Amino acid sequence: MDTIAITVNGERHELAVDADTPLLYVLADTIGLKGPRFGCGLAQCGACSVLLNGQEVRSCVYPVGSAAGAEVVTAEGISAGGAPHPLQEELIAAQAPQCGYCYGGMVVKAAELLEANPSPSRDEIIAHMDGHICRCGTYPRLLAAIERAAERMRGDA
Amino acid sequence: MGELSSPTELSRRGLLKAGGVMLVGFSLAGPLAQKVAAQFGPPPGPDRDKIDSWIMVHADNTATILIGFVELGQGATTSLPQVAAEELDLDMDQVKTVAHETEVTPFQGGTYSSSAIANGRPQVQRAAAHARAALLRRAAAHLGVAVEALVVEHGVVSVRGEPGRSVTYGELVGDRPFEVTMDGEAIPKDPSQYRIVGQRKARRDLADKVMGRFEYVQHKRLPGMLHARIIRPRGQGAFGAPPSLLSADAAPLADIPDAQVFRQGDFLAVLAESEWHAVKAARLIESEWDIPASLPASRDLYGAMRDRVASTNVVLEEGEAGEALHRTSFTAETPYQAHATMAPNCAVADVKDGKARVWASSQDIYALRGTLAGVLGLEQTDATVQFTEGSGTYGHSLYDDVAIGAALLSQNFGRPVRLQYSRENEHGWDTFGPAHIGEVAIACDAAGKLSDYEYAGWQHSWAFVETNDQLANGTPARGWPMGPSRSVNPAVCGGMYALPRRKLVDHVLNAEDWPRGAWLRSPLDLSFAFISEQAIDDLAAQVGMDPVAFRRLNIADHRWQGVLDAAAEAAGWNGPQVSSSDGRLRGRGVGLGTHLRGWGGAVAEVEVDPESGTVRVAHLWGALDAGCAVNPDIVEAQITGQLVQTVSRMIYEEVHFTPQGVTTLDWNSYPVARFSDCPEITPVVVQRIDEPSSGAGEEVMAAAAAAIANAFHAATGKRMATIPFTPERVKAVMAA
Repeated sequence: MDTIAITVNGERHELAVDADTPLLYVLADTIGLKGPRFGCGLAQCGACSVLLNGQEVRSCVYPVGSAAGAEVVTAEGISAGGAPHPLQEELIAAQAPQCGYCYGGMVVKAAELLEANPSPSRDEIIAHMDGHICRCGTYPRLLAAIERAAERMRGDA
Repeated sequence: MGELSSPTELSRRGLLKAGGVMLVGFSLAGPLAQKVAAQFGPPPGPDRDKIDSWIMVHADNTATILIGFVELGQGATTSLPQVAAEELDLDMDQVKTVAHETEVTPFQGGTYSSSAIANGRPQVQRAAAHARAALLRRAAAHLGVAVEALVVEHGVVSVRGEPGRSVTYGELVGDRPFEVTMDGEAIPKDPSQYRIVGQRKARRDLADKVMGRFEYVQHKRLPGMLHARIIRPRGQGAFGAPPSLLSADAAPLADIPDAQVFRQGDFLAVLAESEWHAVKAARLIESEWDIPASLPASRDLYGAMRDRVASTNVVLEEGEAGEALHRTSFTAETPYQAHATMAPNCAVADVKDGKARVWASSQDIYALRGTLAGVLGLEQTDATVQFTEGSGTYGHSLYDDVAIGAALLSQNFGRPVRLQYSRENEHGWDTFGPAHIGEVAIACDAAGKLSDYEYAGWQHSWAFVETNDQLANGTPARGWPMGPSRSVNPAVCGGMYALPRRKLVDHVLNAEDWPRGAWLRSPLDLSFAFISEQAIDDLAAQVGMDPVAFRRLNIADHRWQGVLDAAAEAAGWNGPQVSSSDGRLRGRGVGLGTHLRGWGGAVAEVEVDPESGTVRVAHLWGALDAGCAVNPDIVEAQITGQLVQTVSRMIYEEVHFTPQGVTTLDWNSYPVARFSDCPEITPVVVQRIDEPSSGAGEEVMAAAAAAIANAFHAATGKRMATIPFTPERVKAVMAA
């Protein structure tokens, strides 16, 4: 057992866990978050994605020991104060999810893009999101919502 | 230190097999459960003829609707409250729902075959109409006027023309029971009066799902709970030839002090206090298995299917053939395909003191309760199943199997157990949509009128027994009887056309000889339409007619005509629009199809690169007539999902296996459609507000599959005789 300090959604946690524990199990079991979700444990689908110091990582394979001292942000924490992020507002307005299971990862992956590139083209959005699977096939509404969120965050709409 | 528990359940296993008790352990799911329910009455649970089983009216003038259908991401927990609010004259924000649970919510049948709205709407309508009638009788007495003099708005009953003389539902009933048995006298509203049904209402579950607050069954935690993983060979062989566990060695788990091992028969699991320790234990434990070479290799699949027909049945034979000037025949094959749910299945069970409580994402919690009671040796009334949403499942995946495993473990350890499947468990042991071979022969007269239609299909039925029950209890493999969704489907195989003669035949294979089968969204319909509708296009070409015009000439009725016209109009249909540029060939195709009820039409635009063999669906238009679309926005979302999933199944999805088992075990070996594969999608709802609702979850996939195949032909002049359209197959067909 090791003691590891990480900051999750702005809150600092000191955790007694094995350093090889994938971050997902710490977030879901120890801290009790529901944004990052177990999909494959193989870094193939993106349901577990979180931002680690602003970069998207697959928490199902990322050892918590490697995240020591880092800032972790999950779907619950992409906007300050618990208010929805413009992206989340647009996803709800578009009624984008069906089962919604992949959206914990979709949300942080899209937020990562909008932070780095306020004016992504449609092709840039698709390329950025292509490592995330949605088995319900909600890609069209998801894509439209990301585009609208980008417009709003730029102040065009 | 891990310790190998000895099998302790043999006595109950013997009991279960001892004749009379067997029915308790009989796994009843899906339509068969309905059949049994019709014969013996519904399973134990709330009385379906009492208003109180369906509707509670609260003092604050809101109502709670008890719904016996589950949320699968298809929006049932929004659409059914819409139906209730409509009949009760309440607003949507005055209507709540509760979690679906065997002892709390009324039995409405399992949530499959797009039944939640099709069957659920009339059930909820009936209950709400009776509740409204009972409320109006009480209001009339309270206000001292006749019922006919009353009007209702937002749950406030007032005397017509005297809005001051009023009483609310809450004041009339206020958290007390109705104590009214439905007499069938209350008549639901006329659709011309609708103000909520037929409107786009926002889904109630989406904000939590997007904000990361939603609790899926994968998040369920109980105090004192153990985390479990199962240990099996990597991929299943034949349903009737399960693997045998020769030995399991727990010694490698010595470094995981909280790890425990459980074995019952060939059911092997590891458990630990933390999930990560359970995962590590599953990786470390060493087990030896006898794995029979029970399957053909997947490359030899279709030959083996033809060789192993157990019986041949005529599904339908009717009419006399007309003049047959033009004839065509076509044979094609479709592989096993997986549910491949985003979330590997998971269940939490708490079995102690002779009672079981299970949280599971089953599409039929009543049937699961019966199965669990049998497996655990309990009465049904001592078992409770609470539906807890998992990810989308698109048919019968492993939600019941995982619940059986969790319950067995909890019973043995006397603690709550959460069993989470791995990606490999899910892909390797899924209940697949079965493989199919179809042969179609069709004829028409000189004018293009269809005169004869024959379709013969080779396929097997579904697995009736879950794997954990097989492994733990030695329960013998048993297939479902053939029936709708397993047999050649009269609705898809020619049902959209006026046919003087039609003959449909099943060549039935034994379910036990093949990978496990189950219903996969629009079961076999993609296969039927892929094969049948390509032959229809071929006849159209022989006659020299446009494929849409040929279908219009032969269409069976105005509902089919409606979706054909809607899809063609949305796409601006102007023939197959064959073109080529940059070395890519383009074309458009049309198709019709459905599942058991409903009407689907689709147009596809496809791009083929003959050099690389890649196929891209550029645009899909899908029109669905689902009768009254209670919530057109949800129906559009369902159409969209169906179209994208059809692209996935046509271009990518195929389960592979060796004689010893399935080898497509993750998202790399079993690829599905991603963002970059997603075409432009145009969903079209053909709204028929006066008609019964007929379901919207799976009725346009067959049409879309056919449209994609016909568009491929338009682009290339070649017919694909198998799916998925992989680069190797496309290059081979282009070279032929």
